[in-house]
Amino acid sequence: MNMKASGKLQEILSKGEFAVTAECGPPRGANSEIVRKKGELLKGYVDAVNVTDNQTAIVRMSSIAACTHLLQMGLEPVMQMVTRDRNRIALQSDIMGAYSLGITNILCLSGDHQSFGSQPDALNVFDIDSMNLIRTVQTMREQGKDMSGFELKGPPAMFIGAAANPFADPFEYRVIRLAKKIDAGADFIQTQCIYNIDRFKEWIKMAREEGLTEKVHILGGVTPLKSAGMAKFMNNKVAGMDVPESLIKRIAGVPKEEAVKEGLKICQETIAQLREIKGVHGIHIMAIEWEEIVGEIVEEAGLLPRP
Amino acid sequence: MIVGEQKPISEIKEIIAPYKKILILGCGTCVKTCFAGGEDEVAVLASALRLACKKDGKEIEIEEFTVERQCEDEFIREGAPAISRNEGVLSLACGAGVQALARRFVKIPILPGVNTTFIGVLEKQGVFTEECSGCGDCMLAIFGGICPFTRCAKKLLNGPCGGSQNGKCEVNPETDCAWQLIIERLKILGQMDNLRAYVPPKNWQTGLSGGPRKLVREDHII
Ligand code: SF4
Ligand code: SF4
Repeated sequence: MNMKASGKLQEILSKGEFAVTAECGPPRGANSEIVRKKGELLKGYVDAVNVTDNQTAIVRMSSIAACTHLLQMGLEPVMQMVTRDRNRIALQSDIMGAYSLGITNILCLSGDHQSFGSQPDALNVFDIDSMNLIRTVQTMREQGKDMSGFELKGPPAMFIGAAANPFADPFEYRVIRLAKKIDAGADFIQTQCIYNIDRFKEWIKMAREEGLTEKVHILGGVTPLKSAGMAKFMNNKVAGMDVPESLIKRIAGVPKEEAVKEGLKICQETIAQLREIKGVHGIHIMAIEWEEIVGEIVEEAGLLPRP
Repeated sequence: MIVGEQKPISEIKEIIAPYKKILILGCGTCVKTCFAGGEDEVAVLASALRLACKKDGKEIEIEEFTVERQCEDEFIREGAPAISRNEGVLSLACGAGVQALARRFVKIPILPGVNTTFIGVLEKQGVFTEECSGCGDCMLAIFGGICPFTRCAKKLLNGPCGGSQNGKCEVNPETDCAWQLIIERLKILGQMDNLRAYVPPKNWQTGLSGGPRKLVREDHII
């Protein structure tokens, strides 16, 4: 990892400290106050804030703009970028634009298919895939060149993230794919929400055996469950999500008004386990539209103060 | 083959509404095989339209004819007399057939009666699946004979997305995940190394994004 990008997230990870990031979804509108409010809730509790890019294919304020609002508040953003909506020309242009605004972290994704979103009649792009995007950002940083080989004036030097889903199929291919993403240039990996910790352990063990955890920083994804209904929904309706039956039962087993508390308890247990697993370098908290809980989770986990 | 599906009769009725004398022209090649526009479909559609128009109190004369291939002049010629004596032609060929007719008979409206959908295969009786999008630079050799540009909903080149579960695509649980199929096939072929190799961005210039394509075979030009 020969890196020139220098943000807090990179610094913490390269020092071998345990990182904490959280997710922030931009609003369905142009009100920057909403972004700032979410930013306020996260400030001081996380090392970086991951800003989604039209997540679940629902049109929202652009990730670049929302990242910029957070930057102005002194928060460090991780800009998500999906290949669903932009071709390689637009992607490269936005990477340079984002870096020029001070955004130094990127998370490269393919993106949720538009058929899941609010405008399923849209044309998708998928000119390149997430692997190609990772390589593109790396080439910009390491060689100072765009995809055509043109030498850029002031190449962007982003700290590069990628996603991994240990719970998707085919399982044995998931580690090969992780290795490919690392080879392509990923510096850190954000995983899908972890509920099935056994499967996660199996996956990371395979990654360790291949020496991959030495080459990349893995952030385990966590999302607190609020109810048995949510747990079931995540398991059945969200692509690539694995919530074990025992967890669903556990949440269903407590009185309704206790469900949130139980969900947070499960979340703390997961975080505690993740901290023990060799090769896990941090957590990424995805409390969707529930940013106010992030501070509590981090505090309760004993991960404060942040460096 | 080219796979297509006949348009709903309500839409066809609207399309032919301005005409009193039309020819339904079938094609005996691809669209015949997928039951969209062969001789049999021409006959069934003609009867249905006659009946529907009668019910609506609309006078219409419908002639039927089917040529072997609507995308080739040599075969179109056989239909010329019938085409010329009608006010309009409802073509049950694929989009290429419709345009081939339109090119040949500029003064007669050529109307589409079929929605051309894809290049595919007959998976089993009555079931057709899309297999190729004619990208102009076939890479099936490295993907175990399964095309991710066409059969993966995200055109992924470097492995399955995070939504692939139990062999099915996240976009449609009825559809196999192309990448699951690719991985299984490469395993059988002993070519798992292909999965580890980075596949660079595709050059789409050979595809439709370079504009409509033309193939010239000098050796066959007379
Ligand atoms: S790689 Fe191109 S030519 Fe080959 S099957 Fe796929 S779309 Fe068709
Ligand atoms: S589930 Fe498979 S076929 Fe569907 S988009 Fe993902 S990788 Fe492609």
